[in-house]
Amino acid sequence: MDDHKNIDEATGLETTGHSWDGIRELNQPLPKWWLYVFYATIIWAIGYWIVYPAWPTSSDYTKGIWGYSQRAAVVDQMSMARKAQDTYRNALDKTALTEISANPDLLNFSLAGGKAAFGDNCAPCHGRGAQGSKGYPNLNDDSWLWGGTLDDIHKTLRVGVRSTHEDTRTSDMPKFGIDKLLEPGQINDVAEYVLSLTSRSTSPEAVERGKAVFAEQCVACHGEQGKGNKELGSPNLTDGIWLYGDKKEDVVESIRTGRGGVMPFWENRLDPITIKQLAVYVHSLGGGK
Amino acid sequence: MTATSETLLKHANLNEAAPGVIRHDVEAVNDRESRPLYESRKKVYPKRVYGTFRNVKWALMAVTLGIYYGLPWLRWNRGPDQPDQAFLLDLAHQRLYFGPLDIWAQEFYYITGILIISALGLFLVTSVAGRVWCGYACPQTIWTDLMIAVERFWQGDRNSRMRLDKAPWTMEKLFKKIATHLTWLLIGIATGGALVFYFRDAPTLAGELVAGNAPFIAYLFLFLFAFTTYLLGGIAREQVCIYMCPWPRIQGAMFDSDSLLVSYRSYRGEPRGAHKKGQSWENRGDCIDCKQCVVVCPMGIDIRQGPQLECIQCALCIDACDAIMTKIGRPKRLIAYETFRNIESSKDGRRSPLRLVRPRTVLYAALIPVILAIMLFGLSQRNDLQLTILRDRNPLYVKLSDGAIRNGYTVKLLNKQYETRQFKLNVSGLRNPTMTIVGFKKATDPVIEVKPSNLRSVRLYVSLDKSAVDKLTPETEFMIQVRDLKNGSVMEHPTTFRRP
Repeated sequence: MDDHKNIDEATGLETTGHSWDGIRELNQPLPKWWLYVFYATIIWAIGYWIVYPAWPTSSDYTKGIWGYSQRAAVVDQMSMARKAQDTYRNALDKTALTEISANPDLLNFSLAGGKAAFGDNCAPCHGRGAQGSKGYPNLNDDSWLWGGTLDDIHKTLRVGVRSTHEDTRTSDMPKFGIDKLLEPGQINDVAEYVLSLTSRSTSPEAVERGKAVFAEQCVACHGEQGKGNKELGSPNLTDGIWLYGDKKEDVVESIRTGRGGVMPFWENRLDPITIKQLAVYVHSLGGGK
Repeated sequence: MTATSETLLKHANLNEAAPGVIRHDVEAVNDRESRPLYESRKKVYPKRVYGTFRNVKWALMAVTLGIYYGLPWLRWNRGPDQPDQAFLLDLAHQRLYFGPLDIWAQEFYYITGILIISALGLFLVTSVAGRVWCGYACPQTIWTDLMIAVERFWQGDRNSRMRLDKAPWTMEKLFKKIATHLTWLLIGIATGGALVFYFRDAPTLAGELVAGNAPFIAYLFLFLFAFTTYLLGGIAREQVCIYMCPWPRIQGAMFDSDSLLVSYRSYRGEPRGAHKKGQSWENRGDCIDCKQCVVVCPMGIDIRQGPQLECIQCALCIDACDAIMTKIGRPKRLIAYETFRNIESSKDGRRSPLRLVRPRTVLYAALIPVILAIMLFGLSQRNDLQLTILRDRNPLYVKLSDGAIRNGYTVKLLNKQYETRQFKLNVSGLRNPTMTIVGFKKATDPVIEVKPSNLRSVRLYVSLDKSAVDKLTPETEFMIQVRDLKNGSVMEHPTTFRRP
């Protein structure tokens, strides 16, 4: 009885007996070669198991007789890519920092390499676009604590700021509040004076008092006009760039604690060519002198 | 019970199903239980045909294979240091060269246009005349046709081939078989060889291939395509169309009862039967059941059984039948390009007029010029300089120490000419902007040189001083202009300047 159900009326051929929305499939035999292709894929798979890493074992895996490893392949490709860069890297090594921009190819190579290295090493503090944040300088602008020429940037990269490098760039602003070098009132006065340099003070009397304190305590590093000193990494207090914020409480906090941010040194941690690329890249961000 | 069966039973000692009914001790030849799950292939031996459609097919084969094998060797002068191959798919530089055009990777939508037009063209011919593509132009058909011709050259026509296959292995048979397969392989190698020439300068690569220092990938694809040509065209043939290709299934949805399909005119041919000398043609069909249509069919089907998935509509059966009809003095085209509608209505003696203009043919035919027009318009708007401005988004703007605001832009200049060009950048729509281009001294007026057929990317900084910025809205539109120093033409691109 069932046999009759499985015959398609239109063609008189047998169907699989399965019905989907009333549509039944003819039970056409598969060509034999198709079956052989299936067997061939099984044999191929066995070949794969033999030559490639395939099966996990309790502690390891079968390595395959070709000893292929994706990790090794990547390392291989990386070294090949590195090799392909050799001409540029050698040229970069020989070219003085200031001469690089004269050669568009070398410039592009430095910018591309610098951008990659920046993303890997510098972005965590300075941000992906080098825009910085409170305490971490914005590298796009034209205000530089330690100088913005190619050589200055290169040196900062090499030795860091207040780092453990023996030649590190360093300076130490006293902790006027914490070490009780100034009374809180005096700190307030100095802050008012500093704000007055960018015409933002609120109390002329405090500015007058603060000016005296500033002359006594601060001019040594920040200069008589408060323009700062790149030799000492002391910031210019008369411009519109404030590393720790431009509000009065930010300035007060800076005087109280002395701040003193740290940047690690990169010499021996990055190769000299990468540091050179980074210098060119950071210099190109727009503020380079 | 007759006497005979009684004796039979007694003498042969056979079983009785019932008294006097003999039980035959046999099994059904095609017993459902023992029917094979898998179908063995039955070899098709197509017979040689002469006629109109065969000639058309030979001509098409010559043209298509000529284009395929010959195109990479056409040269096109593009100037020094540029590839001089007329058609080249340069994957390394992501460029498609085609005569005077070179399509960059980002312009690949032109290829999309060509693909859409091809698809619509395919739909159109299919709705008008069925599987024209399958029958005449598909590479599988063309190469199979070529491989069959080779087979015929070494082993003779249908009958000798069948005889040869049945014959025991002799030196002659061995020679004929080896010669056939070797020729197929050579054709395969030529096919794979031609393929790789599309991707690399043909004369150079030909030299490298011979010398053995061509890239590995070239050898890989050469032998891959050599093997698949040999396998699919030489050996698998009709199996590809029947079992591998999805197209026959799709095409079924594209023709209707007004499509001209290769069909047996059953209303004229039936009832079929052998025709004896002097016999009248009255009350019988024109089909003399000579099966010429069957023996020439490369798909191994009988067209007289009506439309079939296996039929690629190569029309060779038309040629075969026409020859016979001429011989027996009956009108040609017993098998012909005919519509379902006509075959149905002709049974009652009515002819249905051919309806070529139908909604679907009109739609397909109308869409083709539309797409073509869009493509040509796009092509006419194509400039030999492509200017892209990418505004910095991180940071959106930079505040400088004097209160000025600076915005950064990446300017990409794509020079599609085959000569070096020089450009100057300018800004319009901002008051007193200061422009700096990375890599150029600030004081100079930078000239940006872009190499032939190349892209150059420069970093541009635009800054406005505090007083100018204060007058701006947070986002101001302006233009970055690029002037070609040679001909003075200016191209501009809008972008924005942002302030805090």
